Amino acid sequence: MSDAPEKLLLSSSSPHVRDSDSIPKIMWTVNVAMIPALIMAFYFFGPKALWITLLAVVSAVLTEGIIYKLAKQPSRIQDGSAVITGILLAFNLPASAPWWMPVAGSVFAIAIVKALFGGLGNNILNPALAARAFLLASWPVEMTASWVAPREGTISGINGITSATPLNLLKQSATIIASPENFEPSQVQAAQNAIANLSSSYTNLLIGNVGGCIGETSVIALLIGALIMFYRHAISWHVPFTYIGTVAFFSWIFGGSEGLFTGNWIFHILSGGLILGAFYMATDMVSSPVSHKGQMIFGVGCGILTVTIRIWGGYPEGVSYAIILMNLTVPLIDRYTVPSVFGEVRKK
Amino acid sequence: MRTFPGGVHPFEGKLYTEKKKIEKLPRPKQVTIPLQQHIGAPTKPLVEKGQEVKAGEKLSEAEGYVSVPVHASVSGKIKAIEDIDHPVAGRGSAVIIEANETEEWIETIKADEKYQDLSADEMRKRIQEGGLAGLGGATFPTHVKLKPPEDKKIDVALLNGVECEPYLTADHRLMLEYPQDIIRGFRIIMKILGVKRGIIGIEKNKKDAAEVIKKQIAGETGMEVMVLPVKYPQGAEKQLIKAALNREVPSGGLPMDIGALVQNVGTAKAIYDAVSSHRPLIERVVTVTGPGIKEPKNLLIPIGAHFQDIIDFCGGLTEKAAKIIMGGPMMGIAQPNLKVPVIKGTSGILVLEERQAHLPVEEPCINCGRCVEVCPSHLLPTTLQRLVYHERFEDAGKLHLMDCIECGSCSYICPANRYLVQSIRHGKKQLLQLRKKAG
Repeated sequence: MSDAPEKLLLSSSSPHVRDSDSIPKIMWTVNVAMIPALIMAFYFFGPKALWITLLAVVSAVLTEGIIYKLAKQPSRIQDGSAVITGILLAFNLPASAPWWMPVAGSVFAIAIVKALFGGLGNNILNPALAARAFLLASWPVEMTASWVAPREGTISGINGITSATPLNLLKQSATIIASPENFEPSQVQAAQNAIANLSSSYTNLLIGNVGGCIGETSVIALLIGALIMFYRHAISWHVPFTYIGTVAFFSWIFGGSEGLFTGNWIFHILSGGLILGAFYMATDMVSSPVSHKGQMIFGVGCGILTVTIRIWGGYPEGVSYAIILMNLTVPLIDRYTVPSVFGEVRKK
Repeated sequence: MRTFPGGVHPFEGKLYTEKKKIEKLPRPKQVTIPLQQHIGAPTKPLVEKGQEVKAGEKLSEAEGYVSVPVHASVSGKIKAIEDIDHPVAGRGSAVIIEANETEEWIETIKADEKYQDLSADEMRKRIQEGGLAGLGGATFPTHVKLKPPEDKKIDVALLNGVECEPYLTADHRLMLEYPQDIIRGFRIIMKILGVKRGIIGIEKNKKDAAEVIKKQIAGETGMEVMVLPVKYPQGAEKQLIKAALNREVPSGGLPMDIGALVQNVGTAKAIYDAVSSHRPLIERVVTVTGPGIKEPKNLLIPIGAHFQDIIDFCGGLTEKAAKIIMGGPMMGIAQPNLKVPVIKGTSGILVLEERQAHLPVEEPCINCGRCVEVCPSHLLPTTLQRLVYHERFEDAGKLHLMDCIECGSCSYICPANRYLVQSIRHGKKQLLQLRKKAG
């Protein structure tokens, strides 16, 4: 009987095999899933969209690399998570943004929101969204005042109305209709026409031929990416479906100008950043609940807050703030959605 | 098809051996038979160094009810009784027998045509004397399991032919080649328990075995074959019961609390051997497999045979062999060397190559929730690990740390390569100690 060769002494606690999926694979799947939306952004808003995205990505990755250096930790920049933050931040900026905005946003996202809280896996907020909130609070004019019209289309997505993004148009019209005595009759008439014509913008909203942030406008491109993520198990249905379903439900009830149950929920789903937010940002694993039950509560919460901000809030769009606010509730949700253990004896 | 919640689908790896007939390992020159091969009280040796023993002879006496004796698997001379490397316990006392020229058997092994007329107690007695402990790997003394307390009424017996551990095909081959013995053993189990309903659970990747068993039970009453989808850990007792009967064993409880009892197909055959012919448990079928073995085989191996002899018979190890595991890749135990013997709970000897055996670096948890999704006990593995890392064992206990069945699905699925079940296992030990101290 011979002794075992030395190398056989490799010993460890079971299991001895592991699934081949990894953090980099998940992260790069998300990055690949955002390419269709990036292509559409390039098509509709021109090379500026790519330029801003590139700036955001490079700044995010560089910031992360420098932080790993400073912290004397092995670099993890190749895991692709900083790339996601960069792309998502760019997707949340207007194509008209000055060059330093994506840079400032990415540095803030990575250094403050992510690294200061402990790096990958420990951030409480979605870094890209928190950075967007930071930029919106610091430079509101640059963030919202000048939207780039898409190639061949109008900012609103509706023929003849060139001034506002779809949700802006909705907000302004709703405000006018709510108190017509404060406005000229022609303005009231225009607002009513706009509301009546919302459905004419569906096609433009689907393909992304409207004004808005770089990556949020093309619903079809975003859905193609979402399918890629579903297929590769980078996201599950629980957050996006509850989120979008809740927005549809409450915008149908409260979103109309002619009383309850008259809201145009299709328009609410297709416009603004809902599709981007529901599939790419609210699904961020780190800042959403761990259990499916928790994820569904999270999705419903995002939906309620989004509709609340859109209809009664000061901003036309509420997706970013809704998700950030719900990020803060995740520890609480996780605490109250601990699954009941297999074979739990129900207390009588 | 019915199944249980959670679970994973690891690479099955059964192709290596599923078509290979059970071969008999040539009689080894020396066997090492640990005195403890079961869960429960230890046994004390009945033999001395230098003594001659026959195959099947009792080597030790059980100390206590939850214990079973061990028997000589070859005839020969006792070379020593000493501490050896034990494949489960690390170290343990064992009887080392040097085999003689020709096998001599004890005379008591003979067929009893009228075994079916025995009372339940007489049957259990033979099972206990035969040294039977669960062959699925848990090695709980079989006679104890077959005597539930009076107040627990068992209404259904399950025969576990699931074999959900990747790579292992021992039970699969056993069902194909010994269906009659297995079903006769199952009939004995049902008779002892007085149950009218028996279910044989087999996963879909063993359709041929399911067909063979179905044919075998054609004339039997109260038995049915249930084909289950392939999913790990369906062969775990609680998960099999959930899948087959949709009953949940209460947290902290046993299958008998919900009227069910599970026995492995290999144990059923051993029960038949013990009851029908006084044959003790001295050999078992072991799958010797994996990319690190030159000629993977299913082998009938005398208890106590050394891993080295077995691997030599299978053509030896490949160049890249790097890890030797007793059992399957999900719950098996890595072995420090090849001197360890096969014991009653050895369902497989799996040799992995470096590429599979290397230990990945733990990365930060990204809260993806996959461990929560796959946990068959509905636990929060990532949260439990965090609590264990911070030595908050009592808090982990409140989150049902002790309900972990250690199937390893969480560690398997984790994209951050976290050592989840490993941490939980550590936490369970610590918590048990804490509770012991507290009284």
